[in-house]
Amino acid sequence: MLRDITLGQYYPADSVIHKLDPRVKLFGTLIYIISLFCFRGAAAFATVTLFLIAVIWTSKVPFKFMVKGLKAIMILMLITAAFNLFMTPGETLVSFWIFKITKEGVVNAALMAVRLTYLILGTSIMTLTTTPNQLTDGLEKALMPLSKIGIPVHAIAMMMSIALRFIPILIEETDKIMKAQMARGADFESGNLLKKVKSMIPLLVPLFVSAFRRADDLAMAMEARCYHGGGGRTKMKPLRYEGRDRAAYLMIILYFAAVLLCRAYLNWP
Amino acid sequence: MSIILDKVNYVYSEETAYRIQALRDVNLEIRDGQFIGVIGHTGSGKSTLIQHLNGLMKATSGTIYFNGQDIYADDFDLRKLRSRVGLVFQYPEHQLFETTIFDDVCFGPKNQGLSKEEAGLRAFEALRSVGMPEELYYQSPFDLSGGQKRRVAIAGVLAMKPEVLILDEPTAGLDPAGRDEILDLVARMHKERGITVILVSHSMEDVAKYVERIIVMNQGAVMFDDTPREVFRHYKELESVGLAAPQVTYLMHELKERGLLVNTEATTVEEARQSLMEALAGIDAGHTDIHV
Ligand SMILES: Nc1ncnc2c1ncn2[C@@H]1O[C@H](COP(=O)(O)OP(=O)(O)OP(=O)(O)O)[C@@H](O)[C@H]1O
Ligand SMILES: [Mg+2]
Repeated sequence: MLRDITLGQYYPADSVIHKLDPRVKLFGTLIYIISLFCFRGAAAFATVTLFLIAVIWTSKVPFKFMVKGLKAIMILMLITAAFNLFMTPGETLVSFWIFKITKEGVVNAALMAVRLTYLILGTSIMTLTTTPNQLTDGLEKALMPLSKIGIPVHAIAMMMSIALRFIPILIEETDKIMKAQMARGADFESGNLLKKVKSMIPLLVPLFVSAFRRADDLAMAMEARCYHGGGGRTKMKPLRYEGRDRAAYLMIILYFAAVLLCRAYLNWP
Repeated sequence: MSIILDKVNYVYSEETAYRIQALRDVNLEIRDGQFIGVIGHTGSGKSTLIQHLNGLMKATSGTIYFNGQDIYADDFDLRKLRSRVGLVFQYPEHQLFETTIFDDVCFGPKNQGLSKEEAGLRAFEALRSVGMPEELYYQSPFDLSGGQKRRVAIAGVLAMKPEVLILDEPTAGLDPAGRDEILDLVARMHKERGITVILVSHSMEDVAKYVERIIVMNQGAVMFDDTPREVFRHYKELESVGLAAPQVTYLMHELKERGLLVNTEATTVEEARQSLMEALAGIDAGHTDIHV
């Protein structure tokens, strides 16, 4: 049921991508997203595609896991494509009633669909190969300079990792309470809106109660282990760059340069 | 009246890296009026199994028949099934939500479509049968102790008057007195109302004292399904899957090994006592040579 949400799910495997420093992966994903929205022309498109295929292949994550993330945004993709298809002005190909499909519309729609697909695939590689903890660790370290200007980076990172940790727990809890109330005859599906909202009460009240209880327990447990914020805190597994991380940075930069060059000089069509 | 499971399999997180097969080819028949214990190691699939019995979970493959009807058929009314097969979850106190205990117990009967008065009557009856003091009826369920909350939650299911009552570790985390109270309550329901009871438990002692049939789960499969006597005869195998027979079984086997002619099939303390007395009477009569 609820727990089958795959976007943001870690897939354990033994690959170079898994072992990379999370900062590299964050940087790479950022660059990749930028490149997606500025590539133009067949050559650049080929570069992006090749890069994506190469990364997917080295990550050793079965392709069907990434496709799952795509299913979730299928609707969004269709809507975007439809808007592009019908709303782009230009040379008319077909027209019926108030709709008309233009040549530019078709191109835009196709391009948008490809971009969104690539975006999801690319970002899901990051979430599939990096545990949420690594991810927040990476973010914390990468954003550390900001703490100089008074932004509580450590606290934010801590909150993020706790929140991420709690998502699956709360999903499981919701599932459990939902089932328990269904066993008492609760009906979460039928009825009009008002009835549906009302039927949520037996789910939400216990859920909040348990969320607060958990938060309380966690705070107590953290305090019992002398947690006192970020100052002077050391890590059990500090992030350190290694050879493969430097190589990865180099490759990402080369990739970005290649996309930009293609855009500048090989922008056919 | 019976529930029949035919080759039921269940897989959690199918098609992910965390695929777990929680049930493997489970075949069972649960006949009317039985008092059944389900035992198994942590993670053996007990909770998964019982959630299939009232249609909360849908088997990955296999069929379940309730009174001969396939519960996965399109025209089968699952909500009705759930009101006939009452399920008390593990830690049921976490599902309380109403402002008063009484209202919370009314939730189930109201969902069954009963009038307010009827639901109230049912709630009253159920709360009384679980032994809640009347002055607490209109308090918030969140102010109760753990054991009291548990009782309210059980009352919430009892108020629906199910024909089959399933309890998932109803005694987890209770003190011995609370444990006995809950189990006695369940046994009384079984006797007085003649309902079918399925009791999930870790503890052989609990189960041996009350049930007439034990289903032992191991890694998602049914390992034994027989009377307590027969099941405990395999106490060595039970140990190998992380379970233990009741203490008296060990005691009786030990005594027998040392030459006292006791009945090793005694499963409860009472039976053991009787058998011991007989054996000792035998010694007095000079029939045995004992070297304890
Ligand atoms: N929601 C879930 N998602 C994924 N796997 C699950 C889920 N619930 C249970 N499992 C797995 O299914 C298997 C059987 O679990 P189940 O809860 O049925 O065991 P159990 O016998 O009730 O254990 P316990 O005595 O601890 O309550 C376990 O291996 C467990 O890890
Ligand atoms: Mg369980």
